[in-house]
Amino acid sequence: MLNVKNLIKDFGKVRIINPTDFEVKEGEIFSLVGPNGAGKTTLVNLISGHILPTSGKIEFFGHDITFAPAYRRIKMGVARNFQVTNLFEDSTVLDNVRICLFSTYGKIKKGLLPANHYKTITQEAVDILDMFGIVDRKDMLPSSLSEGDKKILDTSMAFALKSKFLLLDEPTSGVATGDKFKVMDTIISAVKKKKMACMIIEHDMDIVSDYTDRVLVLSEGKIIADGNPKDIMEQDNVKEILFGVTN
Amino acid sequence: MGFKNTILRPKSFVYAVIFILLLFMPAVLPVYHLMLFESGLTFAIMCLGFNLLLRYTGLLSFGHGALFATGAYAVGMMGKYFPDLYRIEILIPVALLASLIVSAIFGFICVRHTRVFFSILALALSMVLFALLVKLYDITGGSDGLHIDLPIMFGKSYEGMKRFEFLSGAYYYVLLCMFTILTIIMLGIVNSPFGKALQSIRDNEVRAEMIGIRVRRYRLYAFILSGLFCGVGGALWSFVNGHVTPEIAEWVFSGEIVYMTLLGGFMVFEGPIIGAIIFTYLKLYAFSITQYWMFIIGATLVALVLLLPEGISGGFVRLFVKLRRGKATGAA
Repeated sequence: MLNVKNLIKDFGKVRIINPTDFEVKEGEIFSLVGPNGAGKTTLVNLISGHILPTSGKIEFFGHDITFAPAYRRIKMGVARNFQVTNLFEDSTVLDNVRICLFSTYGKIKKGLLPANHYKTITQEAVDILDMFGIVDRKDMLPSSLSEGDKKILDTSMAFALKSKFLLLDEPTSGVATGDKFKVMDTIISAVKKKKMACMIIEHDMDIVSDYTDRVLVLSEGKIIADGNPKDIMEQDNVKEILFGVTN
Repeated sequence: MGFKNTILRPKSFVYAVIFILLLFMPAVLPVYHLMLFESGLTFAIMCLGFNLLLRYTGLLSFGHGALFATGAYAVGMMGKYFPDLYRIEILIPVALLASLIVSAIFGFICVRHTRVFFSILALALSMVLFALLVKLYDITGGSDGLHIDLPIMFGKSYEGMKRFEFLSGAYYYVLLCMFTILTIIMLGIVNSPFGKALQSIRDNEVRAEMIGIRVRRYRLYAFILSGLFCGVGGALWSFVNGHVTPEIAEWVFSGEIVYMTLLGGFMVFEGPIIGAIIFTYLKLYAFSITQYWMFIIGATLVALVLLLPEGISGGFVRLFVKLRRGKATGAA
């Protein structure tokens, strides 16, 4: 489905992403791990079109999207959330999700009837909030939500774009430790139900091995390991990078 | 929410009462005040358009006077070059077309930037139009401007009629209808999915882009819509004023648009309407009291920023909320 070939990103003279190749199959749920500054978020930015690569190629269902604008990628089915929550602060929680649905269904050009007129879309937004467990806060402004709920809202907005490939940048950072697995359960079951492929950036190795069968390890802009979490964690170079252990 | 519920809401009821009261204005107000009120209504249409950019898209334009002037000059030029087509049914669409073209050009250049860069670009472009209106004497009448004759309305000619008779008669109702329709349209726009998209761009440009909104393009749409409202406002104003001069394209008038909107309160939908009408009176009274009228306007602005940062309508909303809360605690 997604094919990344020889991708390179330079910021000035610093190479953030070294030539990187990987493939994603339809409906595949996998994780991306790596130490701080490895280039994980940059990789998400490159695939989602937030920034453009220096060179290389990104193919999605055979279409070259390397330099395609973000809106076109979203239309084709690539959606993302943000590691540092990125919400519409002056709109209610419901409107935050609803605008994503309006965008998905191509309704944002409709300029005369009030948003409340679109009942099925409004209901769907309520359902999504219900699924993620924040429906009771739908009329609040994001500023009055807890950090964890903001994060969940951010993820539910990305989910509302009904993509084929969902990029989740640390969906559980900021979420209370006790709730992390609950949030992940919700996300994974929602993603599986819609048969989306999903890439999750995560620091917690328990989450990585519990929820995904494949893990990519990124270090200094290079993918140094790709495979089953249990096998990968036995590799010496991975141990060294992730846990600082040297044998 | 169905149509029936919308009609039955208390707010709609208040609007309906206000509309009916406005119908009787020509019978109650002296002609002079009625003319002032009419120019207030045309400014209100313009400020509604201006506020679509300021409140709902987050762009402060210091050049909207030029778009208002486009509408007014469209009427003036039609009178000069196509006197046969001098009918209001044709003049309004022509004004719309002219402001569509000008605002598309302005918008195309301005929406590449935001914040103060946007404001200054809009200001600069409006001064270009101002310079053209002054310098192209043969076409635009230069600083003397153009005279606006009374138009033919729906087949009826008003030739030979005094302007005040025209304004206190049929024209008032045409203006009121236009104002009402445009207000309802704008109310529809700001609450629609399109309006929500604009607000999401205002709130968070990066995220808006990442949920599939083409940010620049939607800013351009907002700019053009805003320009169309200004254009219609300008065209309707020209008949009230009877004369158009380049001053309305100058930055001073663009500043007054900002002032009107802030005076009424840009956070509330109705704010710009209230601001435009009050400003019209305020300016005139300040003018009649002293030759230093600008001092009064300036002092009002200072007082406004310090005491009522949300404008008159914002102040009312706050008072209303306070009273309601007082009542609630009183009952409990």
